[in-house]
Amino acid sequence: MANIDTLAPDAEQVAENPVAGIDQTRGDFKYDVTYAFDAGIGLNEKTVDYISAVKKEASWIREFRHKALKVFESMPMPTHWATKDLDNIDFTKIRYYLSQGQKPKRTWDEVPDDIKKTFERLGIPEQERKYLAGVEAQFDSEAAYSNIKDIVAKQGVIFVNSTEGLREHPEIFRKFFGKVIPTADNKFSALNSAVFSGGSFIYVPKGVKVAQPLQAYFRINAENFGQFERTLIIADEGAEVTYMEGCTAPKFSTSTLHSAVVELVALKGAKIQYITVQNWSNNVFNLVTKRGVAHEEAEIKWIDCNIGSRLTMKYPGVVLKGRKARGEVISIALANDGQHQDTGAKMIHAADETTSNVVAKSISVGQGRSTYRGIVHIPKHLKGCKNNTECDALLINTNSRTDTYPSITVRGDRNSVQHEASVSRVNEEMIFYMQQRGLTEGQAMSLAVNGFINDLARQFPMEYSVELKRLIDLEMEGSVG
Amino acid sequence: MSSLVIKDLHVAIGEKEIVKGLSLTINSGEVHAVMGPNGTGKSTLAKAIAGHPDYTITQGDVLMGGESILEMETDERARAGLFLAFQYPSEIPGVSIANFLRAAVQARMAEGEELDATGYYKRLYSKMDLLKIDRKFTSRAVNDGFSGGEKKRCEILQMAMLEPKFALMDETDSGLDIDALRIVAEGVNTLRGANLGILLITHYQRLLDYIIPDFVHVMYDGRIVKSGDKSLALELEAKGYDWVKKEFALA
Repeated sequence: MANIDTLAPDAEQVAENPVAGIDQTRGDFKYDVTYAFDAGIGLNEKTVDYISAVKKEASWIREFRHKALKVFESMPMPTHWATKDLDNIDFTKIRYYLSQGQKPKRTWDEVPDDIKKTFERLGIPEQERKYLAGVEAQFDSEAAYSNIKDIVAKQGVIFVNSTEGLREHPEIFRKFFGKVIPTADNKFSALNSAVFSGGSFIYVPKGVKVAQPLQAYFRINAENFGQFERTLIIADEGAEVTYMEGCTAPKFSTSTLHSAVVELVALKGAKIQYITVQNWSNNVFNLVTKRGVAHEEAEIKWIDCNIGSRLTMKYPGVVLKGRKARGEVISIALANDGQHQDTGAKMIHAADETTSNVVAKSISVGQGRSTYRGIVHIPKHLKGCKNNTECDALLINTNSRTDTYPSITVRGDRNSVQHEASVSRVNEEMIFYMQQRGLTEGQAMSLAVNGFINDLARQFPMEYSVELKRLIDLEMEGSVG
Repeated sequence: MSSLVIKDLHVAIGEKEIVKGLSLTINSGEVHAVMGPNGTGKSTLAKAIAGHPDYTITQGDVLMGGESILEMETDERARAGLFLAFQYPSEIPGVSIANFLRAAVQARMAEGEELDATGYYKRLYSKMDLLKIDRKFTSRAVNDGFSGGEKKRCEILQMAMLEPKFALMDETDSGLDIDALRIVAEGVNTLRGANLGILLITHYQRLLDYIIPDFVHVMYDGRIVKSGDKSLALELEAKGYDWVKKEFALA
C-alpha cells in the first residue's frame, strides 16, 4: 500500500512538532492486507464492470456507472477554489472495490499500545476495539442491526444497504437516485457514482414517524465500511426519521480516499434529521457530497461533526423546493495538526416562505486549519424567505488557522438574511482563571472548547455528545505545553 | 494550623518592579486586610502568589504550610489550597457553574477516582443554601453576562466549594453597590473559620465595616508601610492616603 506511505505525514515533521499529541500516531497506522478478490489498483472501465458484476446489477445502473466514469475523467480538480492538497490524491494507486469478508491479517498484539490506550480512554467496548483497529473485519453487531430493522419493518420502513435497495426496491430507488445530486455535480460525486458500494437505502412510508434513530453504525459495522458509500433516504409525505452515521472512535482506514454521496428526499410535510459524527485517521481525504430536497412544509436538518482526516470537504445542503420548507445545518469541525476541515453549508431557496438556518463552529488546534464555506441563494422572484447564518471559529494556538468564505446571494426586497461571524482565540486570562481553580492547562483548554460548542453539542443525541466531549478532551491534550 | 508566609517578595511585570520587598505572615483563622492607594501593587501581589504568567518573582519566597510554592504551576498551587477571588473574574461561555465546579472538584481527586455525582450536588446545594444563593444560579454559564454582584457571588460560591486553606481576595468590593457588598461580605463571614486564612485586598474602608479584619496593613509603593489592627483602617479613612504618602515620604 504505497499510497499510504506517500500520504502519511512526514515522520520528521511530526517529531519536531511542538504541539504533537496522541493523534499524531493515528495516521501512521498501517498494515499489510491481502485481498483475494478485489477490483485491483486504479480506475478504468474494467473496474466499473467488475464492481457492477460482483453486485449483479441491472444494466441501467451499469450504464449509469460508465457515464459517471466519463464525467469523472473529464472534470478537473476543483483546485481553483479548493486546496491544492487535492492534487496529492493519486487515483491510479487506489483500490476502488474490495470484496467482502476479506479479513485483514493483524492480531491484537500488533496494535500499538497508544492506540489501545485511546480506545480504552474513549470507553469503547472490547469487541468494537478489535474491529476499529482492523483486527477483525467485522464487528458482531448483526443482532443489534436486525433488531432495529425488524422493529421498523413492522411500520413498513425499508432500511437496507444500497446494493440490496437497488436489487429489491428498484421502483423507489430509481425514481430518486441521482436526482438530488446529479453525477456531474462535482468531480467526487461523479467518482462516487462510478464506483459506489455500501451506504444505506431508507424509505419511510407516508405518515410513519420512526421513533428510534436509525443507526448506520450498526449496519455498516455489520458489513464493513465502504470507501464510496451511497446513501439515499426518502421520507414520504408526513413521515419522520432520524439517521445517525459514524462514531467518535478514531476509524483507522487502509484506504486514503473516502468519497460518499448522500441524498435525502423529504416529501410534503416530512422531516429528516441526519446526524454524522466522523473521526477519520489523518491520512484520509474525506470528500463528501450531501444534499437534501425539502418539499412543501418539509424539514431537513443536517447535524454534522467532523474530527480527524487529512482533508475533509463537506458542505451539506438543502434545496428548499416547496413553500414553507425548512433547512438547517448544524456543524462542528475540529482541525488538529496536519488536518484541514473545509466544511460549510448550502441553502438553495426555490420557493416562497422557505427558511434556512446555518450554525457552524470550528476549532483549530496546533497547526490545524478550518475553513467555512457557505452558499445561501435566494432569487428575486421569491418572497418571505429567511436565512440565518452564524459561523464562529476558535483558534487554540498561535499557529492555528481559520478562513471564512460566505457567499450570500439575496435578490429582491421581500426576503431577509442575517449573517454573523466571529473568530476568537482562547483567552489566556480565562485559562489562568480555570487553572487557579485547580484545572491543568489541558483540562482548562478542553473545558473552554467544550463550552464553545456546548449549544451545538446539546443537539446531538446524548451518547454522541458524551463521546464528543471525551474526544475533545483527548484532542486537546496535545495542544498545550 | 498552617500559615502562608510571604518573604521579602519582589515582583516585576517585564522590567518594571511593582512589589518591592514585601513580607507578611497569614495564619489559618486570621483575616488580614491590605489597603492602599491605586497602583501600589496590591493586585500584583495577589496574582503573583497565584502564579500568573505575566508576573515574574525576582526575589523572595512564598511558603504555604512550610513549603515554597514558587516552583509549582498555578493549578498545583490551587490544588494545594490556594484560592484567588478575582477582581475581574473571567467569563467561560457554555460552561455552567455546576460543571465548572465539578471539574475543579474532580481535579482534586486522585487519578482513577470517580466523583460521586449525587454527593457532589448535595454538597453544592448545601453550600448554596448556606450562602443564600438561588438553585438556578449554577445552571448559568460561569460569569457569562453576570452583573458585578453576581460575579462576586460566583467567586464566593467557588471558594465555599473548593474549601481552600488560604484565600486571596482581590478588591472583592470593586464595582459593587452597597447591597451586593453586604451579601458578599456575609458570604465571606460565613466561610471565615479556624481552617481558613484570608488576605483581603481593598481600596476602600467600607468593606471592613462588614468584614472585621484581625490585622490591617497599608501598602504603598510595593511595600507594607504600616500595620495595625482594625483601628488603622478607620484612621486611614479619616486621614486619607495622602497621610500615608506623606509619612512614607518622610521616613
